[in-house]
Amino acid sequence: MTWLRRLLNRDRLEVQLDRELQFHVQQQEAELVARGVDPVEARRQARLALGGPEQVKEGCRDARGTRWLDDLTQDVRYAVRMFVGRPGFTAVAVATLALGIGATTLMFTVIEGVLLKPLAYPDPGRLVTLIEQTDWSNNFGNRWSFAYPNYQDCVRTTRSLTLDAWRFNGGTVTGSGDPEYVNGLQVDPGFLGMLGIAIDRGRTFLDEDSRAGALPVAIVSADLWARRQGSREAPLGSPLVFDSTPYTVIGVTSMNARLPGRPDIVTLLGNPESDPRGLLRNRNVHPGVQVWGRLRPGATVEQAQAELTLVGRRLAEQYPDSNRGRTFIASPLRPNVGDVGATLWLLLAAVALVLLIACANIGSLVLARAVSRERELAMRAALGAGRGRLMRQCLTETAVLGLAGGLSGVGLAKVGVAPFIAFWPGTLPRADDIVIDWRVLVFAVVASLTSSLIFGLAPALRVPARHLDRVLHAAGRAIRGGSRRLHSVFVAAEIALAIVLLVCAGALGRALLRLTALDAGFIVHNVLVARTAVSPTALADPSRTRAAWDGVLAAARTVPGVEAVAAVDTVPMRAGYNQNVYWTSASLPPIAERPGAIMTSVTPEYARVMGLRIRFGRFFDDHDRAGSEPVIIVDDILAQTAFGRPDVVGRQLWLPDLGPGSFRIVGVVGHVRHWGLASDDQAAVRAQIYYPFAQLPDPLVRRWSQLMSIVVRTGVPPGTLVESLRHAIRGSTSDQVMYQVQTLEDLAAASLARQRFLLLLFGAFAALALLLASLGLYGVLAYLMSERTPEIGVRLALGARAADVTRMVLGESAGMVLVGLCVGVAGAMAASRALQQFVDGVHGVDLPTYAVVMAVLSASALAASIVPARRACRVDAMTALRQD
Amino acid sequence: MPPKSDLPQGTLDLLILKVVALGPVHGYAIAQRLQQVSRDVVQVPQGSLYPALHRLENRGLLAADWKPTDTGRDAKFYRLTRGGRAALESETASWRRLAEAVGLILRLSAGGAE
Repeated sequence: MTWLRRLLNRDRLEVQLDRELQFHVQQQEAELVARGVDPVEARRQARLALGGPEQVKEGCRDARGTRWLDDLTQDVRYAVRMFVGRPGFTAVAVATLALGIGATTLMFTVIEGVLLKPLAYPDPGRLVTLIEQTDWSNNFGNRWSFAYPNYQDCVRTTRSLTLDAWRFNGGTVTGSGDPEYVNGLQVDPGFLGMLGIAIDRGRTFLDEDSRAGALPVAIVSADLWARRQGSREAPLGSPLVFDSTPYTVIGVTSMNARLPGRPDIVTLLGNPESDPRGLLRNRNVHPGVQVWGRLRPGATVEQAQAELTLVGRRLAEQYPDSNRGRTFIASPLRPNVGDVGATLWLLLAAVALVLLIACANIGSLVLARAVSRERELAMRAALGAGRGRLMRQCLTETAVLGLAGGLSGVGLAKVGVAPFIAFWPGTLPRADDIVIDWRVLVFAVVASLTSSLIFGLAPALRVPARHLDRVLHAAGRAIRGGSRRLHSVFVAAEIALAIVLLVCAGALGRALLRLTALDAGFIVHNVLVARTAVSPTALADPSRTRAAWDGVLAAARTVPGVEAVAAVDTVPMRAGYNQNVYWTSASLPPIAERPGAIMTSVTPEYARVMGLRIRFGRFFDDHDRAGSEPVIIVDDILAQTAFGRPDVVGRQLWLPDLGPGSFRIVGVVGHVRHWGLASDDQAAVRAQIYYPFAQLPDPLVRRWSQLMSIVVRTGVPPGTLVESLRHAIRGSTSDQVMYQVQTLEDLAAASLARQRFLLLLFGAFAALALLLASLGLYGVLAYLMSERTPEIGVRLALGARAADVTRMVLGESAGMVLVGLCVGVAGAMAASRALQQFVDGVHGVDLPTYAVVMAVLSASALAASIVPARRACRVDAMTALRQD
Repeated sequence: MPPKSDLPQGTLDLLILKVVALGPVHGYAIAQRLQQVSRDVVQVPQGSLYPALHRLENRGLLAADWKPTDTGRDAKFYRLTRGGRAALESETASWRRLAEAVGLILRLSAGGAE
């Protein structure tokens, strides 16, 4: 009979066991009677021979192997009954645990969804991403997007991979309704199929769609389709004008969340032969083409890599100009979540600390109960219960408590996920993948059981084994040294953990204070920043594009309340930058040794809008035009690094990416914290060069125009001008739009959002930790003092004064706090080092922070000790002595 | 009456298997037979006989059926399973080896004393 059937047929087995034993006794009885024994005596002897029937039955039940389960049910029942009988204790313990486990589970849910879960594509383990790599590196590193001809060669020669290329391609949708800017992708026909993205309505791309001369087709998101056509069910086939090209919409699907960049429109990269500018035919340019691939059945990444290495070597020989030292690297495709990992792990560590404090807190409560239950346990041990059995029972009780807390915790986590995502600064990547699934449940159960082991093990180990008589005599009165030490350990641990969290919060707070006081290099108030798309028809030739931008700026200037307007390609503290190399003479060093600078293309009023500080020389004016002398303006950091002096007006720089020949420096401005208030100090490239948009080389104008933003300084709150600006710049064809409208103030604040978010959460956790630790200290002191009431009574009767008793209690508390402080400071030092490594702008923790933390902690510890101390001195000697 | 010996650890299982190997038999008869065959030297504490029987049954070495006895009462009859037979053989062999080895050692020390 299997274990399970023995378990399920328990009742029948019991009946059979009873019958079997009865048969035995009756058989023996009958035999004795047959031998002439008196029937009554025979029955007695037969019973004696078998031994106690209950003991025999127990032995047989043990043999079934289902015993532990019966015990468990019994223990759980007992535990539940006991907890129900003590609702106060139970509520406090379960609530504390629920908070701790809930917060930990919430963080794990987020981490699992964002960092651990594979991508939501079919068979994601077989997807790879390809990059070009060079055997030399410069300030930009050596990761490159693909030159399209290189990609085509890879497609032709690899056997182990199917490859598809894609690139970001946002643009303006015009036609019926307001023009709007949408995110877009350009892809190869097979790209969506490779990722397993089904088309809800219509069809996916076919190879024919990218033949030369084929009509342009697009697949759009269901949202965009509903927005433009009035309903999701609007018939397909109607044209959609995207960047002034009419596309036939062949498919509608909900795809945004599953593709990079959350695109609303997907079009084809197209046929390189019909590419008007030939960028896709040029092996020397890397026009942002990304390559993803899927391993063919049976192939491994290593095989694919070997093939790619071969292709790379062959192309390097064939095209040394563009491909020397260039290889192709395949690596497994991983979710791109940026740098949120560090923040999430830090938060998980913080909530784990809170959970530990909660465990220590409950641990001392459970321990106090265990001490007062010592007599009960000793009695049961004396009556024959094994020590292991009693320990098992104690652990079952705490496990029941832990699981109750864990269950409520999962509920809390479920409720808390949505607010957490909403509260996250910016958008949390892969937010759609965050769900409570079985992995989260396993985590919660493990966390609950681990917690209950932490707070339940010490009490369980106290189950008495020897000297039962002494325990029974002591009548739970005298509290033994061992338990007192354990209590102190719990309190000291709580205090140490609280210090770690307090110091981290303090370090973040100081960092934030320091960072907000930093000079950004520009005046953040009253500046509006908006990406702007000029009329797509104006992109056809550079002079019309330039004219369109002049028109936008002029139109914006007419809006009442606008003080100055400029156009700029990259805005400080917003995602996006342009790095180029520079040199101070015409003889350029090898490519890897050229220093880099952030290049910003601006119109003349930029300095006025941003409030840049002009240190030497001048800013650009309307005389710096195409055809006039090429001029640039540098920041003081570049002046110092390149020339070693502040005033470099009149010097020359060579900028090979911008054109041949030299560029004359006409001004020096103060450094702008382009990378954000917190991150600029750590950035690899900080030097800055400004150049006039008017002097941008013609071939770059179209691309730049798609990147440009306008910045507007206003005399009134900038938010109030958005609508009038939007209206003013629409242009004669009313297809020019502003999108991603922000204020510079918001951008500056967002650059500290991570620090602020962490400070807020760490602050909350530290406060919670402080509260829990104080409560724990209070609880333990109150308990210890109540146990010592008779002793205090004796002291008072022998002439001790109230002050002596107070001193005794405070001394007891100070001992625990001091140990906690020492351990805590050591832990805090380690923790702040971790913080420093992961959060920009956090420096080592200074003495004042420690001093404040110690003061706060000592004050709360004192507050927690006062009540027990005062209660102790009010002990009435006579009552206390009679208590025994 | 000669003094009764305690059974060495694990021997009870072997003896039970051996008795049951002779044919289906109920618990009371096993106890009787052990006592008779060993000429009362082996006194099986009846309190440990039944747990041992149940343990062997749960390990699959014994199987049990309820059948009427000669007197017409229903009793639980144990019989050996295929696994039980194999266990009996290997246990018997290892017991013999052990007994032989112990005997050798005892003879050796007796020789040494002479």
